Amino acid sequence: MSEPAVRCEGLVKSYGQALALKDLDLTIEEGTTLALLGPSGSGKTTALRLVAGFEVPDAGIVEIAGRRVAGPGLYIPPEQRRVGMVFQDYALFPNLTVARNVGFGISDKSAREARVSEALALVGLTGLGGRMPHELSGGQQQRVALARALAPRPTVLLMDEPFSNLDAGLRAQVRTEVREILRSTNTTALFVTHDQDEALYMGDKVAVLDWGELQQVETPEGIYHTPKTRFVAEFLGLADFIPATFREGKLDTVLGAIPWEQEPPPSGSEVLVRPDDMTIDPSETGQGTITNRVFQGPSYLYEVGLEAGGVVHVLQHHTKQYDVGTRVQVRIIAEHRLACFLGESRVG
Amino acid sequence: MQVRGATTGIRGLFTGSGSQHGSRRPSPIIWVPSAIVAVAMVLPLVYLIERSVDSGGDSLDLLFRMRTAEIMMRSGLLVIVVTAASVLIAVPLAWLTVRTDIPLRRLWSVLTVLPLVIPSYVGGFLVLSALGPKGMLQGFLEDVAGVDRLPDIAGLHGAALTITLLSFPYVLLSVRAALWGLDPALEESSRGLGNGKWKTLWKVTLPQLRPAIAAGSLLVALYTLSDFGAVSLLRYETFTWAIFLQFNSFNQALAAVLSLVLVSAAFGLILLESRTRGRSKYYRSTTGMVRPPSLVRLGQWRWPAFGLTAGVVGLSLVAPLTILSYWAIRGITQGEPVRLLWSATLNSIYASGLAAIVAAVAAVPVVILTVRFPGRLSGMVEKMAYIGFALPGIAVALALIFFGSRYATPVYQTMSLLVFAYVVLFFPQAMGTIRASFLQVSPRIAEAARSLGRKPMSVLFQVALPLIVPGILAGSALVFLTAMKELPATLLLSPIGFDTLATSIWAALEEAFFAQAAVPALFLVVVTAIPTAFLILREPRGVR
Repeated sequence: MSEPAVRCEGLVKSYGQALALKDLDLTIEEGTTLALLGPSGSGKTTALRLVAGFEVPDAGIVEIAGRRVAGPGLYIPPEQRRVGMVFQDYALFPNLTVARNVGFGISDKSAREARVSEALALVGLTGLGGRMPHELSGGQQQRVALARALAPRPTVLLMDEPFSNLDAGLRAQVRTEVREILRSTNTTALFVTHDQDEALYMGDKVAVLDWGELQQVETPEGIYHTPKTRFVAEFLGLADFIPATFREGKLDTVLGAIPWEQEPPPSGSEVLVRPDDMTIDPSETGQGTITNRVFQGPSYLYEVGLEAGGVVHVLQHHTKQYDVGTRVQVRIIAEHRLACFLGESRVG
Repeated sequence: MQVRGATTGIRGLFTGSGSQHGSRRPSPIIWVPSAIVAVAMVLPLVYLIERSVDSGGDSLDLLFRMRTAEIMMRSGLLVIVVTAASVLIAVPLAWLTVRTDIPLRRLWSVLTVLPLVIPSYVGGFLVLSALGPKGMLQGFLEDVAGVDRLPDIAGLHGAALTITLLSFPYVLLSVRAALWGLDPALEESSRGLGNGKWKTLWKVTLPQLRPAIAAGSLLVALYTLSDFGAVSLLRYETFTWAIFLQFNSFNQALAAVLSLVLVSAAFGLILLESRTRGRSKYYRSTTGMVRPPSLVRLGQWRWPAFGLTAGVVGLSLVAPLTILSYWAIRGITQGEPVRLLWSATLNSIYASGLAAIVAAVAAVPVVILTVRFPGRLSGMVEKMAYIGFALPGIAVALALIFFGSRYATPVYQTMSLLVFAYVVLFFPQAMGTIRASFLQVSPRIAEAARSLGRKPMSVLFQVALPLIVPGILAGSALVFLTAMKELPATLLLSPIGFDTLATSIWAALEEAFFAQAAVPALFLVVVTAIPTAFLILREPRGVR
């Protein structure tokens, strides 16, 4: 992979007084999906619209397949960028049939029909080309939008919260299908979402944005287990921080000693533990007491108040059912490396 | 629909649009025509001001010497009486026809709106011919009881009665739209908190309707203020009447100054409405589809409610049509020439049709500019485009006469000035309707087309315009139908020898030839009523 499919460098964009993006660097390797994750107002949609060409950056450059499309004194309009867009509201042309929607971006008339049926087959809508968009279900409309964006074979597919208009059950199904389609067609994609599960599922890499600043770009596993900042840690899922002291190759915590082979963290550090990193067993000599229990179907989420102060959240299989008030022993069972934090950022 | 266009228009006049994210510069094909339209719209007002300033102290003097204050009082009184009466009639009617199990609910919701299509000069003629001296009621009473004199119908009560019966549907439509759009969860929360249905109506539903009542009242008030036909026929001396009088006695300067005062009064009304709207917000908290609200059971009040509604429809619609038919039949049996009508009808269609086309074509770029490129400049363009709302027909006509005779003699006394006047007056209707349909088109759709390789121009013509064709057609139809009925501007601006339906009817009425006026009037009402009703009743159900 010589040339990244998309490269952004030093992107800055503000709307009046409000700074939407500050100095954003991003690259997407060819054939991969980058999930851009952030709370609302973090600038993720702005980033996508800068790549698409619907916005002009105040500073910085955008390159698509090695070709500069935005930079100082340069702005290539969206229609010349070869990007495919999938919008949150699909934005299908309501006055055109499904087939004409899908064929809209194919300028070569002789190839149009074949490309349309190919794209419809890809998303599993063969035979529905004659329908009008409003005659389709939400999930089908979503797939038409995908087929329309993919039909002209774009260099990069840009998806802006594409699943947020689907209900929960359908969303899980559609995202599996979409990921499969992206992989099988070797499509490069930028996927914008505020849902961490979706980002972890869709992205080959996940980039987290907050207040217009890139926090971290990592593989899904990496970003979940070893986030670079407290914000990323907490945004990706339930996170508890417990004080830790380094002693003889180990981190001493109230939950026991954790083997530590890296550089010793400075004093005052805290280690990040997630609910799936721990287990509990009833014990009269335990470190804490169950203060709350949330039934989640397959599992229970326990909140344990520690004698030493603070609380941790522990996920247990539904067969491990304990009452609130039970005294428990908390143990760390994580097999991956844990992350240590001092203040806002990771130190080890 | 008319009301919806109208109310957004008034918002446009005084609120403008705030700056939004992502607004880029519009292309010249959008902003150049928009700027031309905006300038054209304020042209009449500018000339009115110029003419008034030109005349200087003289007419100001005259203004004080004349009984201007008295005229102002009369106009104000009429506006207050008509608006209050309209609200009293329309609010209960709106609630009954939207939210209750009143018998024949759907039928009433159509019929109660229809009086709107009767032009005020026809209304005035009907009231006069029925209740006036030697009118139908007096004739009937003379036969049975020997009554040879009725209390004079001319004056405030006659004018107020006429205009109220024709214009209350403005409030009705506005309140009904609000009732349809109301979130039923609000009422249900109130019921859940232990309030009964009447207390809920009073404490939750009615306060929510306040902005709709204010918007509808404003339309009624502006209609009343700029009415010329009814007040002239019923001899109630308001502004429009005084302006016409001064103009006809070649006192152009004074007519201009009076028009300017009238326009200021209209602006004052709009300002007043935007003040009363207050600072509380009215919107539903949920998004997406909203359940239709449940119907209130009237119980023992069902038939009294039915009687009330039927009474209003009888007075405002059935009676006028009956009287009109009576005179028309009398006219035909007396050998009124029906043939002459055709040239007048064709003239009406010609002038109104041109205005409809021009207004729709001119409105499209303005709509695109103001919706897609919000900002200070486009906000100004929007305000300027909606100015027709505040301009009474007679004021626009006078302004264009000054303009034509002084600066544009080639177009003076030609159709083009008349068409221009129609466009200025009814542009807000075209714009409101087209705007509503353009708002349905997500900007994402245009972006999707761009990302699929289309240039901005091609997106405009191949994607955006086809989607708003229904709105453009509805908007131009509305302009056409309204222009067909327009009287004061037509009267003043029609080229010599160019008779329209409206001017023919007026000419007959001025001579009190009721039978002669009735045939074209009936024709006009029937021809414009059906499509207008269709357009008005296209109002959305439940979801906006």
